[in-house]
Amino acid sequence: MQESPKYWKGIEELENSPEFAKNAFSEFADFLPVSEKNSSTDATVSPRRDFLKLMGFSLAAATLASCEAPIHKAIPYLNKPEEVDPGIANFYASTYFNGADYNSVLVKTRDGRPIKLEGNPESPITRGGLSARAQASVLSLYDSARLQHFAIKGQQADKDRVDQEIRSKLAATGGKIAIVSPTIISPSTKRAIAEFASRYPTTEHVMYDAQSQSALIQANGGVLPSFDFSKANVIVSIGADFLGTWISPVEHAHQYITNRKVSSEKRTMSRHFQFEPNLSLTGSNADVRVPLKPSEMGQATLALYNEVVGGGSASTYNNAQLKKAASELKANRGRSLVVAGSNDVAIQTLVAAINQSLGNVGAAIDTANPSLLRQGDDARMIRLVNEMNAGSVGAVIFYHANPIYDHPLAAKVKTGIAKVPLSISLNDRLDETGSLCYYAAPDHHYLESWNDYEPKRGSLSLAQPTISPLFATRQAQDSLLTWAGNSQSYYNFLRANWRSILGGNFQQGWDKAVHDGVAAGTLSPASVAPVAASIDINQAISSISRAPKGAGVEFSLYEKVGIGNGFEANNPWLQELPDPISKATWGNYVAVPRDMAVANEWEQGDVVKITANGISIELPVLIQPGQAKGAVSIAVGYGRELAGKVGSKVGANAYPLATVRGNSLQYNGTVTLEKTGAKSPIAQTQTHHTVMDRKPVVQEATLAEYIKNPKEVTEYDKIATPDGLEKPNKVSLWQDYEYKNHHWGMVIDLNSCIGCGACVIGCQVENNIAVVGKQEVINRREMHWLRIDRYYSSDTTKEDFAEKGKLDTYAAMEDPSENPSVIFEPMLCQHCNHAPCETVCPVLATTHSSEGLNQMTYNRCVGTRYCANNCPYKVRRFNWFSYYTNEKFEAVNGHMFTDLGRMVLNPDVTVRARGVMEKCSFCVQRIQLAKLEAKKERRRPVDGEVVTACAQSCPTQAIIFGDLRDPNSRVSQVTRREDGERGFHVLDAINVQPNITYLTKIRNVEPNKELTV
Amino acid sequence: MQHVSPVREPLVTGGKTYHDITQDVCRQVEAKPNIRWMAALSVALFFLGIFFYSVYRTLWYGIGEWGLNKTVGWAWDITNFVWWVGIGHAGTLISAVLLLFRQKWRSSINRAAEAMTIFAVICAAMFPVLHMGRPWLAYWVFPFQNTFGSLWVNFNSPLLWDVFAISTYFSVSLVFWYIGLIPDFATIRDRAKGPIAKRAYALLSFGWKGSAKAWSRYETVSLILAGVATPLVLSVHTIVSMDFATSVVPGWHTTIFPPYFVAGAIFSGFAMVLTLMLITRVVFKLEDYITIEHIALMNKIMMITGSIVGVAYITEFFIAWYSQVEFEQYAFINRATGPYWWAYASMMTCNVITPQLVWFRRIRYSIPATFILSIIVNIGMWFERFVIIVTSLHRDYLPSSWVMFSPTWVDIGIYVGTLGLFFTLFLLFAKFFPVVNMAEVKTILKYGVDNGPTYTGHHGHGHQVTPAHQPVAPAIPASAPVNYNKHD
Repeated sequence: MQESPKYWKGIEELENSPEFAKNAFSEFADFLPVSEKNSSTDATVSPRRDFLKLMGFSLAAATLASCEAPIHKAIPYLNKPEEVDPGIANFYASTYFNGADYNSVLVKTRDGRPIKLEGNPESPITRGGLSARAQASVLSLYDSARLQHFAIKGQQADKDRVDQEIRSKLAATGGKIAIVSPTIISPSTKRAIAEFASRYPTTEHVMYDAQSQSALIQANGGVLPSFDFSKANVIVSIGADFLGTWISPVEHAHQYITNRKVSSEKRTMSRHFQFEPNLSLTGSNADVRVPLKPSEMGQATLALYNEVVGGGSASTYNNAQLKKAASELKANRGRSLVVAGSNDVAIQTLVAAINQSLGNVGAAIDTANPSLLRQGDDARMIRLVNEMNAGSVGAVIFYHANPIYDHPLAAKVKTGIAKVPLSISLNDRLDETGSLCYYAAPDHHYLESWNDYEPKRGSLSLAQPTISPLFATRQAQDSLLTWAGNSQSYYNFLRANWRSILGGNFQQGWDKAVHDGVAAGTLSPASVAPVAASIDINQAISSISRAPKGAGVEFSLYEKVGIGNGFEANNPWLQELPDPISKATWGNYVAVPRDMAVANEWEQGDVVKITANGISIELPVLIQPGQAKGAVSIAVGYGRELAGKVGSKVGANAYPLATVRGNSLQYNGTVTLEKTGAKSPIAQTQTHHTVMDRKPVVQEATLAEYIKNPKEVTEYDKIATPDGLEKPNKVSLWQDYEYKNHHWGMVIDLNSCIGCGACVIGCQVENNIAVVGKQEVINRREMHWLRIDRYYSSDTTKEDFAEKGKLDTYAAMEDPSENPSVIFEPMLCQHCNHAPCETVCPVLATTHSSEGLNQMTYNRCVGTRYCANNCPYKVRRFNWFSYYTNEKFEAVNGHMFTDLGRMVLNPDVTVRARGVMEKCSFCVQRIQLAKLEAKKERRRPVDGEVVTACAQSCPTQAIIFGDLRDPNSRVSQVTRREDGERGFHVLDAINVQPNITYLTKIRNVEPNKELTV
Repeated sequence: MQHVSPVREPLVTGGKTYHDITQDVCRQVEAKPNIRWMAALSVALFFLGIFFYSVYRTLWYGIGEWGLNKTVGWAWDITNFVWWVGIGHAGTLISAVLLLFRQKWRSSINRAAEAMTIFAVICAAMFPVLHMGRPWLAYWVFPFQNTFGSLWVNFNSPLLWDVFAISTYFSVSLVFWYIGLIPDFATIRDRAKGPIAKRAYALLSFGWKGSAKAWSRYETVSLILAGVATPLVLSVHTIVSMDFATSVVPGWHTTIFPPYFVAGAIFSGFAMVLTLMLITRVVFKLEDYITIEHIALMNKIMMITGSIVGVAYITEFFIAWYSQVEFEQYAFINRATGPYWWAYASMMTCNVITPQLVWFRRIRYSIPATFILSIIVNIGMWFERFVIIVTSLHRDYLPSSWVMFSPTWVDIGIYVGTLGLFFTLFLLFAKFFPVVNMAEVKTILKYGVDNGPTYTGHHGHGHQVTPAHQPVAPAIPASAPVNYNKHD
C-alpha cells in the first residue's frame, strides 16, 4: 500500500520538536486573550470583550483614516541622483540649431525635466540672447506628434529588425547612397557621416537649405563670410532680413544694437539703409527704408555698384536714397557693410565687389573665420533629385530634411523616393518626407542628445542630454554609426573627436566645455580652400542687365521670425507668436500694398488664388504698409500637411511657388492673383496700427536732435497747478507706498528693441501662459503677458488739425503711411505705484507688495474684470475658459492636457483657473528665488541676480531689471542718467507712476522729413 | 385730514365707488387666468428658458461664451445691469418721492411701479453675479467674517459700494412694497372663496385686521420707508455711476456722472412704467384708475429727465474740449464719429430728440404715441449704457489694444432672457397680487365731494370684516376723505 504524500506546514512540523508539539494544537498564541476568563486581577491580560472592542475601534479608525483625500504620487527618490534636488532647478549648457537658427543655450531642468531655455552668456556668438524659435523648442521635446518608435512603412517595428534590414540592404545596394540634410554644423556628425561613407563608399552627403545661401557662398569663394554689424557705421541691406531670419539673427541683432545704443555720452549710432520688397523686421528697424520690387533688386545692386565702385553698365534703378547710401558708404570705407538677401549669384557677386572696394573685408566681413551656418548647395540637391528620378540612387536617408514640404521640386522628390529602393527617414516625426520613406529611425530631440556644433570657424559648442529619451528613438548619429558597423556610441565617438582640440588633461577640458557649453577651437576640416567665384564681375553685371524686367505682379517669399522654415510648425507657442510686423498669428497670408488692394477691391481677409509656376494656393489678403508697389509677399513655413495636430493645415505652403533657375533656388517671380469670394479672417493681435500721434504713449526723436540737446528729445507732460506747471506725480490724491527693502523696476530701451518677440516666448514659457488658438486670437483673447506693440507712422499728425479739422485728422491718422517708419514698444504690466487696478478690485485680489510689485492673487480673484477695464495699458489677461480642460483648446494647448506635455510647465508658477485675471508678475518666482539664495548666504541680492525671463532672453539687452532702491544697480543708474533725457513713463500724465521707464527711440534719419519717404 | 379742491380734476374717473375699486382690482386676482394672460406668460416663460440655457452655457464653459475680449471687459453684462437698475428707479421715485411730495396721483400706479422696481432689480442683480469669472465665489464681495486671515473686502472699490447700494435698495424696496400690499392682501383674503386662496392670502396679509392702530402704524411705516427710500433714488445710481466715474478710462472718468445717471435712471424708469401701465390698464380694464392724466404727467417727467440727460451729453463734450486732454477729447470724438457712431446716433435720437415730442399736447395725451415713445426711450437708454461702456473701452489709451466688440448669441440670450424673467415675474404679480393699491386709491376718490355723505348700500367692501370688538375702528386710512362713511 502506497503511502500518501505528506505535507508539512513548516520545518518545525517536520522536525516535530517538543516545543512545537506543545503548541501545535493551540490555535491562538497565548497573548491573545481569547478565553473568557474573568481574572480581572491580572491587569496585563485584557478580557476577550475588550479585545473585540479594541479591534472594532481599530477597524473603525482605520476605515475613517482611509477616507482621506486621494494620495497623489509624490514618491521620494530611493537613491537620489546627484544634483537633482526636488524644487531646485539645475542649468545645463547646450546648443540649439535646427538647420537655420543657431543659439547657445542653458537648459533649466526641474526634477530632471527641461522646462525652459535661457541664453548662454558665455557664448561669443549669441551672447546670452535667445531667439523665439530656440526658446520654444523646449516644447517640441514633449511633442506627442514625434515618432515614438522605429517604423517600417509607418508601422511600429523592432529596432534590431530595422537595423538588420537596413544594413543588409545598404550592403546590397549598387547605386548611390544619399544622405539628405539641411546644413550640418556639427563636426562630429560630419565625421560620423564620413564613417558611414567609408563603410558605404557610394555615399554622398547632400545639404540643402530651405532658405538657401548658395549664391552668397559662391560669390565669396566657397565660404559664407561672418558679418560683424557692430563694426559698420553704415549698413546697406538689399533684401537681407539679418535681424529676423537671415543666417544668424541673434548674433546680428546683438552686433547691430551695439553700434546703435546711445546715451548722452555716446551720441553716435550707425545708419541703416534697407531696400526690400516686404516690410521685414530688419526693414522696420532701418533708418531709411526703400521698398522695391524683387525684380529691381539686381538693378538696385548694380546702381549701388556703379555709385560705389563704378564701371558697370548703366542701371535702370534710380533712387535718391540709394545715391545717399552710396555716398555714405564711400565716406565710411572700412566701417560699413553691404549685405543682400538674394540667392542670385550675380547680385551677391556685385555685393562682394562693393564690400571689397569699400575695404570692408577684414573689418565688418570676416572671411578668415567664416560662418558655417549655411552650407547647402542648391545644385547638388537638384542633381540628386534628378538622379533619384533617373533611378541611379540606391538608398536615400533623410536627416531632418523635409524636401517634400520645403523644396520647390517636391513633386519630383516624391516620384524620386518611389524609385529609390531603400528610403530611410531619421526625421523626428512621420512628416511629409518621412511618411514616404520605407524605414523610419527617428532621431532624439536635441535636448536628449550629445552633439557638438561649430557655427563659425573657431567657435565650438556642445549639446548634452538633459533628460532620458522620452520615446524609443535613437540619435541619428548612433543610427548612422550602427549602420556603418561602428559599435561605438556617438558619445564616445564625439569625445574621441574632441581629443584633438582639448589636448592636455582631456577630462578636465571636456568637463569645462560641457559645463560652459562653448569652447574655442575648430574641428572642421582645414581644407576649406577658397574657391574662385563661380562668375566674375562682368558676367554678374551682364547677367543683371539681361535679367527680364518684372512683368505683372511680382511675389517674394520670406520666412517669419517665429515659424521660420516650418520645421517647428507643430509648436503652438510659435504659431501664436505674433509676426513682429503684421501681428498675425496662426497662418500665412499674402501681403499686398494698399493701392493694389484698392485697385482690385480686395479687403483684408478676402481669400485670393495665387498662381505662379502653374501652381496655385489660396490665402487671405493682408494689407501691408511698406509693401513694395506691384509686388506681394508670402511667408513660407505654413501649410504643413503632417506636422502634428497643431501645425498641420495652418495656412498654405508657399514653397512650391519658389523656382529653380540656373541650378539655384529663387524665392521670387511673377504671380497672378484672383479673388475667390471666400473670406478667411486673419488672427492679428493688433488691429489698429498707428499711434494716433499720442506722444505720451511712445516717443521718438532724431539723432540730430539728440546730438543737439539730449534734454529735448522727450516730451514730458506737465499738470497745471496753482504753483505753475508741475510734474504729474507732484499732484496726487494717494499716499505713497514706502519701500523699505527692495523696489523692483525695469528700463526698456526702445532704441535697442528690434521687436523680435524673443521676450514674448520667454515670458510664455516661464509663466505657463496658455495658448488659445486662432479663433480666440480673432476674438482678441490671446493670453500673452508681454506683447510688443508695433506702431506704423502716419502721414497725418496733430499738426494737421488746423488745416484739416479734428475729425478728418483723427480719421486720417488711423491710416498708416504707404512706407511707414515703425516703432516697437514692449508692453507688460507697468507695476504702477498708484495702480488703478488695485483700487477697483472689490475683493483685494490685486494688491501692492512691499517691494513695489503689483501682485495678482489668483485664488482670491472672482473675475469681475474691473481691473482690466481700468488698466490704461491693457495688459491684464482674463481666463475666459478653462484652457487646460476645455476640449476646445486640446488641439492648440495640448501640452496642458497630458502628463507628457505638462512636464514642460514651470512648477513655480500656478496654472491659472478659469475665471481669474492674470498678468505679468515681474517673474516674482525668480525674485523670490534670488532673495532666498541671498538670505541663505546672509547677504542682499546683488544687481543682476534677479533677471526676468524677458530680460534674460533679449538678444539686444533692451530690457534691464533690478532694484530701484539700490542706487548702484544698473536699472537705477540708467533711470537716473536718462531722467529728463530719454527716460519717460508711458501715460505719465495720468499719474499711475509706473515702475517701468522707457527710453525714447532715436532714429538716425536726416532732420528733414523728405528723406524718410 | 386734507382738503381736495372741488375744481381739481378727479384722479379716478368713471364715477367709481369704493366698492367698485375693490371689485375692479380684485377681479383678475379672483377670476380664472384668461387666455391672453396665459399666452403672455408662455412667451415670457419661453424667454426665461433662453435665459436659463444661456446662463448654463456661461456657468459651464465660462465667460468666453460672451463676446468680451482683452480690451472690452464689460459690455452687454454691465449695460444690462445699469439699464435694469435704472428702470427700477421710477418705482421708488413714484412710491417714495411722490409720496413725500404728496402727489396723490401716484396712488394708482405706485403698486405696479414698485413691483417693476423689485423685478428690475432682480434682473439687474443677475449681471453682477453672472459677469464674474467665478460666480460661485460671489459671496466674497460681502464683508463677512472669514477664515482667510486679514483678507477682507476692498472699501476703495466702487464695485463693493455697488454691493451695498444694490442690496440696500433691494431690501428697502421690497419691504416698502410689501408693507403697502398688506391691507390689500387682507381685502383679498376676506373675499377669497377657495380654501387655498384663503390660506395663502391669510399668510401674505400677516393677520391684518384693519384696526386704527394698524392703519396708524401703516401710515407711519410708509412715511419712514419713503424717507429711507428717497435718498436711495439718488444714491443707487450715483454709486452705479461711480463704477465708471472713479476709473481712469477716458469717457468714464467724468464727475458729471452721478446726476446724469440719476436723471437717466428716472427717465428710463418712467419709460418702462409707461410701457407696463399702458398694457396693464388695457388688459385688466383699469382705465379709470390709470387715466390719461397719469400718462400725460409721466410723459412730462420723461421729457424733463430726457432733457437733463441731453444736457449731460452735451456737457460731456464741452468738458472734453475744455479739459484739453487729448485722450478725453478723442474718446468723445470717437464716440460720435468712430466705428460705433450708430450706437451714439441711436442714443441721441432716442433719448434727446424723441422725448421733445412730448411738448405737443396731442402726443402727450395720445396713448399709442406714448407707448411708442416709451419703447424708444427704453431702447435709447440701453444704448446710452452701451455707448458709455463699450465705446469708451474699445479705444482707450494705447491704440495697440483698440478692438471692436460684437456680442455672441449667449450675450443676447441672457439679455432677452432677463426680459423673460422680468415679464414672468410681472405677469405672476399681475395675476395674483392687486396691481393697484386699493386702500390708497380709495383715499383719493372724490366720491364724497360729488356724491355727498350718503350710504351707497353696496356690500362686499374690502373692509367689512372689521372685527366686532372694534366697532368704531376706521377701516380706511386716517387720510381718507372727510366724508368717509364708516359703515361702508
